[in-house]
Amino acid sequence: MTRAFKMLSFQAATLVASALMMSAVSQMTRAAPAPAAAVQIDNFTFKAPVVTVKPGTTVTWTNRDDIPHTVVSKDGVFKSKVLDTGDQFSFTFAKPGQFGYYCSLHPHMTGTIVVKG
Amino acid sequence: MLDGLDGERRDFLKCMAWAGTGALFTFSAGVGGSIGLDAALASPPNGTAVQPFTFVQLSDSHIGFNKPPNADAKATFAEAIAKVKALSVKPDFIIHTGDVSQLSRDDQFDDAEQMLKAAGLPVFFIPGEHDMLDPDGGKAFLQRFGKETQGAGWYSFDHRGVHFVALVNVADLKPGGMGNLGPEQLKWLKSDLTGRSSSTPIVVFAHIPLWTVYADWGWGTDDAAEALKLLARFGSVTVLNGHIHQITQKIEGRIAFHTARSTAFPQPAPGTAPSPGPLKVPPEQLHSMLGITDALLVRGRDRIALIDSTLSA
Repeated sequence: MTRAFKMLSFQAATLVASALMMSAVSQMTRAAPAPAAAVQIDNFTFKAPVVTVKPGTTVTWTNRDDIPHTVVSKDGVFKSKVLDTGDQFSFTFAKPGQFGYYCSLHPHMTGTIVVKG
Repeated sequence: MLDGLDGERRDFLKCMAWAGTGALFTFSAGVGGSIGLDAALASPPNGTAVQPFTFVQLSDSHIGFNKPPNADAKATFAEAIAKVKALSVKPDFIIHTGDVSQLSRDDQFDDAEQMLKAAGLPVFFIPGEHDMLDPDGGKAFLQRFGKETQGAGWYSFDHRGVHFVALVNVADLKPGGMGNLGPEQLKWLKSDLTGRSSSTPIVVFAHIPLWTVYADWGWGTDDAAEALKLLARFGSVTVLNGHIHQITQKIEGRIAFHTARSTAFPQPAPGTAPSPGPLKVPPEQLHSMLGITDALLVRGRDRIALIDSTLSA
C-alpha cells in the first residue's frame, strides 16, 4: 500500500510538472493558432466516426439533422447539452487517449476521438 | 365480415396487408381474426354481457417541432385531440406513449398539458427520449406528468379488470445500444405481475418498441426479452409503443405488438431512407400519415381491438 501511495504521489508530481511545462509551452507558442477539428452530425451518424487529433485540439460537433442529438463521452469526460439543428458543442482534448462517445438520445450513434502526441 | 371475429390466424395475416389504411383488430388468446374498419363501425361486435370500454393512444406529439414536413406540431396535436373528442364512444382515458415534447422545454410541456386539458379526460404518460433532455435528465417531465411514478417514471394501474403497465425504455441508454429497461425496472415488473391471475388482460405501454423493428436505427429494446418472459404466462397481452411514427404490428405467442402513428410527422419505413429522420412528405399528404389509435376492450373475451385512424380520415 505504501508503495502504491508512493507511486501515486510520484505520478501526481509528474502530472503537476508536465502541466507546468505545458503551460510554459503554451506561453511560448501563444501566437500559433489552437488546433481544431470538426465532426458533422448528419443522417443520425457522426460523419467522421474516428477522428485522430493532437493533444490540445478543440473538436467541434455540429448538428446538421432536423432532429436533436447529444454528444456524450462513454467515460463521463464530456457531455453536451441537447443540440438542436445547427447547434454546436466543443471540447478541448488536453491529454492523449481514446475517447469513445455516443448520442444519448440515439445510442446506436457512436464515435471516437483518438488523441495522440 | 363479423364472423372473422372468431377466425383463424390466416385471416389475421391477411389483414396485415391493409393494416395501414385503418383496421379493427380483435384478439382472442393472442391470435384472432380481423374485420374491416368500416364494417366494424357499421356493426360493432356484440353478444357480450359486459359493456366494452375504450381508451385512446396518442403518441409522439413532439410539441415544439416546426420543420418540414410539419411547421406546426401544435396544430396537428390539436387536430388529434379534436378527433378524440369527436369519437362516438367517449374513451375512459388517454395514454400518451412519449415524445410529448421536441426538446423537453417547459413551454413545450406546458403547451402539451394545456392542450390535453381540452380533451377533458385523464391522461397517462410515459416519456420518450425527447422528454429526457432537461439538464436533470427527465426530472422536468416527471414533475409534470409522472408525479406518482417509480424510478424513471414506470407504474401500473388497473381499470375495469385490465392491468395496465407503463414502462420506460428511454432512460440511461447505453452506447451502441437501443432502448433499455434496466434491471431495477425489470425487478419491479416481476413483483408487479406476481400473484396476478394469468387470465387478467394486460396492456403494456412504452415509448420505443418492445420488439426489434429495425436494429440499424435503434428501433428496439435491448432487454425487452426479459420483460416479455415475465408476460408470457398471461392469456392476453397487448403492447402499445410509439417512437417510429408509423404503424407496425406483430403477434408473438399470446402477445400482440402495435406501434402508433405520430401526431407530428411521419418517419420512413425501416431501411427505406438514409436515416430515420422526418419523412418530408408534401403538405397534402401529411394528414394521412398522422393519427391516433382507439383501443376497445371487451371484458370476458380477452380481446382488444385497435383502430388506427388518420387526421385526414
